[in-house]
Amino acid sequence: MSWSIEPTLPEGWELVVGLEVHVELSTATKLFCGCANRFGSEPNTNICPVCLGLPGSLPVINGTAVKYAMQLGRALLCDVKPAVMARKNYFYPDMPKDYQTTQYEQPTNSDGEVVLPDGFTVGIERAHIEEDTGKSTHIGGGGRINEAIYSLVDYNRAGVPLIEIVSRPCLDTIDHAKAYVSGLRDILLAIGVSDARMEEGSMRVDANVSVRPVGSDELRTRCELKNINSIRSMARAIEYEARRQIDLYTSGERPRQETRHWDEAAGRSTPGRSKENLDDYRFFQEPDLVPLVPTAEEIAAIDAAMPALPAARRAALVEASSADADVVATLVERGQDALALAAIGRGADADKVVTRLRHDLAVDDFSKVSAESFAALIVMETSGDLTATQAKQVLAELVDSGGDPRSIAAERGFEAMHDDELADLVDRLIADNPDEWQRFVGGHEGDRKKMQGFFIGQIMRATKGQADGRAVADLLAQRGRSPANGSPGT
Amino acid sequence: MSALDTAAAVRAGERSAVDILDEHLARIARRDGEIHAFNLVTEGLARSQAESVDAAVAEGRDPGPLAGVPVAVKDNTCTRGIPTTCSSRILEGWLPPYDATVIERLGSAGAIIIGKTNLDEFAMGSSTENSAFGPSRNPHDVTKVPGGSSGGSAAAVAAGFAPLAIGSDTGGSVRQPASLCGVVGVKPTYGVVSRYGLVAFASSLDQIGPFATSIADAAVLLEVIGGHDPRDSTSIPEPAPSLLDVLGRGVDGMRVGVITELAGGPGGVEGIAPDVVARTRQAVAALEAAGARVSEISVPSAILGLSAYYLIAPAEASSNLSRYDGVRYGLRVDAPTTGEMNIASRSAGFGDEVKRRIMLGTYALSAGYYDAFYGKALKVRTLIMRDFAAAYEQVDVLVSPTSPTTAFGFGDKTADPMAMYVNDVCTIPSNLSGHPAISIPFGVGDDGMPIGVQILGPAQSEPTIFTVATVLEDVAAKGGAQ
Repeated sequence: MSWSIEPTLPEGWELVVGLEVHVELSTATKLFCGCANRFGSEPNTNICPVCLGLPGSLPVINGTAVKYAMQLGRALLCDVKPAVMARKNYFYPDMPKDYQTTQYEQPTNSDGEVVLPDGFTVGIERAHIEEDTGKSTHIGGGGRINEAIYSLVDYNRAGVPLIEIVSRPCLDTIDHAKAYVSGLRDILLAIGVSDARMEEGSMRVDANVSVRPVGSDELRTRCELKNINSIRSMARAIEYEARRQIDLYTSGERPRQETRHWDEAAGRSTPGRSKENLDDYRFFQEPDLVPLVPTAEEIAAIDAAMPALPAARRAALVEASSADADVVATLVERGQDALALAAIGRGADADKVVTRLRHDLAVDDFSKVSAESFAALIVMETSGDLTATQAKQVLAELVDSGGDPRSIAAERGFEAMHDDELADLVDRLIADNPDEWQRFVGGHEGDRKKMQGFFIGQIMRATKGQADGRAVADLLAQRGRSPANGSPGT
Repeated sequence: MSALDTAAAVRAGERSAVDILDEHLARIARRDGEIHAFNLVTEGLARSQAESVDAAVAEGRDPGPLAGVPVAVKDNTCTRGIPTTCSSRILEGWLPPYDATVIERLGSAGAIIIGKTNLDEFAMGSSTENSAFGPSRNPHDVTKVPGGSSGGSAAAVAAGFAPLAIGSDTGGSVRQPASLCGVVGVKPTYGVVSRYGLVAFASSLDQIGPFATSIADAAVLLEVIGGHDPRDSTSIPEPAPSLLDVLGRGVDGMRVGVITELAGGPGGVEGIAPDVVARTRQAVAALEAAGARVSEISVPSAILGLSAYYLIAPAEASSNLSRYDGVRYGLRVDAPTTGEMNIASRSAGFGDEVKRRIMLGTYALSAGYYDAFYGKALKVRTLIMRDFAAAYEQVDVLVSPTSPTTAFGFGDKTADPMAMYVNDVCTIPSNLSGHPAISIPFGVGDDGMPIGVQILGPAQSEPTIFTVATVLEDVAAKGGAQ
């Protein structure tokens, strides 16, 4: 996997990160009304009395959103339990009812985990259902609400179903934070409940960051970082915040609990609301909705329909191939694990399968490569019917147009070059070029290399490139080691 | 003329809906200046509805069970394109873009929406004195309050402005004014009538209910407005109760309990007037005479209902009323920042009682106080449900007064909120338990003003309590409540 190199924090300090990830569910309609759940419409076109919170309107919960939430819960290995909707009360102009309908003491999903490719387990505290707010645009005053000349509010997003996934404060490195967000996205895409696009805001990450001396298990004052809009931006924001806090501690100060606004362009965060006076949201049970009580049948149906998830897919491929964790993670991320397993299942050599996928199938669209043809190709290569070079060329054609690797090889004149055939050719060449052979056998390292190149070149010319250069080199070495190396033959 | 007779005459083509409307409009014109039952008389809408009903009859189509019957609607019920004020300045200028479910159902039944009635602001009060547009007056004595919060609806029916009216009952807001104005008022089982389009006061307690001059009229109105509504998640997924068919069943062998604590018994609520207790006892005796088996039932937690209610209802209200922030609709008082605009708009738009309850509710839900106030109130609510469930093991229905006193004078209780809140002591338990209750006029007090008796029953026992009420209605009609 292409993780960046973990930035090193000053000696003696370690990170403690918990992430709150908001995910918009890709339901057709909003959480409490029939309005379209659509990104990018003209402002205030997907609205009705319910999502505008007009007096007298009442919410009716979207069954699909609840199902999606439970699917996600099961995918995150959570307990899925009877849940109660609650009101979180605070004033904000883009929140139509001036309370958010969410879950508080009894969330749908709790106590789960996500296993990262390197085996690190991220604890999930809860994954609860809530509604999104509208979107404010503050004109003038630097885009801040209280300095703005006026503000525009688009309520299209108000009432869009969200899942807030709250991790435990257990992420110990930036790489783990990145792998976790990336892993969550993979899971969301695998079960198809969200398009999880950070750039469109359908996946939003807030990071709670604190630091502590290495070896300590205390949880120190944390800051919540907002306005993170990519995984890269999250990594930068966490690093900046960790260094800022360490600087404060080392200069004898301590951080204040606060919300900080990440400025990606400036590469720094600025303080937002202080959390010293903790907001009092006056949560209480939402009286307009009834409890959500999943039946055992519903949960069983969700489990039965659950696709293989990234962690399980990685484990299966490691089991089948013994490849390294990062290679396996890459293949699973590319969605090539099924192809790999199918080819291995058809008798193709696991190492060769992984190598070819990793290096020669790094393409977006490999849909024309069937498991059958891929397995056949690998078998042809390992049995020596094709050289590595030829196998790569056949694979490239499979990607472009599919087909049977045997016919492609035949069409291209990639005739079978069996080991004994190649050995004969090599022996003949040695006999025909005794001077060169002596230089290969008895010469200095430089000479030996030069002569190896000579012999391989001759063989390639003779076979029109169909011979495997490595096999030729192996044969040359083998002949050179034999007792009667002064002359060819056995 | 009763609503049922009116509808029958219109359906038979004997009376025109437009004529009936005009008669009622004439009564309103003569007397509503004094009574102030209405915030708005919706003459234009009413006339077009009446014309449609007449056209339907002319074409041989059935306009429905309330054909041509004028209905007055409490002004916290959304009516499309027609001001819905909750008698508050905060909703100034707001026109709902949609009809409440009850409005749709009334329309489908051929009813005529004749106007929007006055109420205590956001239904918070027991006298209509908290209306931003001035109080309504009791048609029996205009120096007295009509009760509240649905005082306008009760007064409209009592004054003959409409045979039927719609109110909402959160702690007694249909039954108490019905009692004070001498009409029938019903608080159905929570979930029988859709709350969609009812501007929320306290969502877990609010229930829309009918006003009428007879049990049968109240029954037909509840049959029309009741029944499952998919737009209200707390709506019971069943059709409306069938009531008209069962009104005459009688009470022979029925088990009737008197709530001791609310009917002058030991350990009971203080301040229930002797004449009110006497009429209640008289009603119970009449039921016994009609064949019921009567017993005294103690429901000790009933008294605690008042305290629990005045925490739960304000808590929910504090949240429900947050949306009136000046941002999207209604009153906006400009100020330099959004936050200041919110405060200025709410300060100007809400009256004192609404502010009082928002503050009470905010406090009750606050961190550090939740357990001591809101949390404890929820426990009391559970206790009340348990005690009533136990009572209904022993009896089929319970009887109590509706209001501790007959109608009181303007200003008598406005200085002391607690004195006003005690008005609801008999009615609140049904809201906390979600059970149905009906108030029926049963004689008058020492001052000659109407007294209401309340019949309570377990969830979805509307057919039973309507049957009991019908027996008392007959007794009263024959002079048995004098």
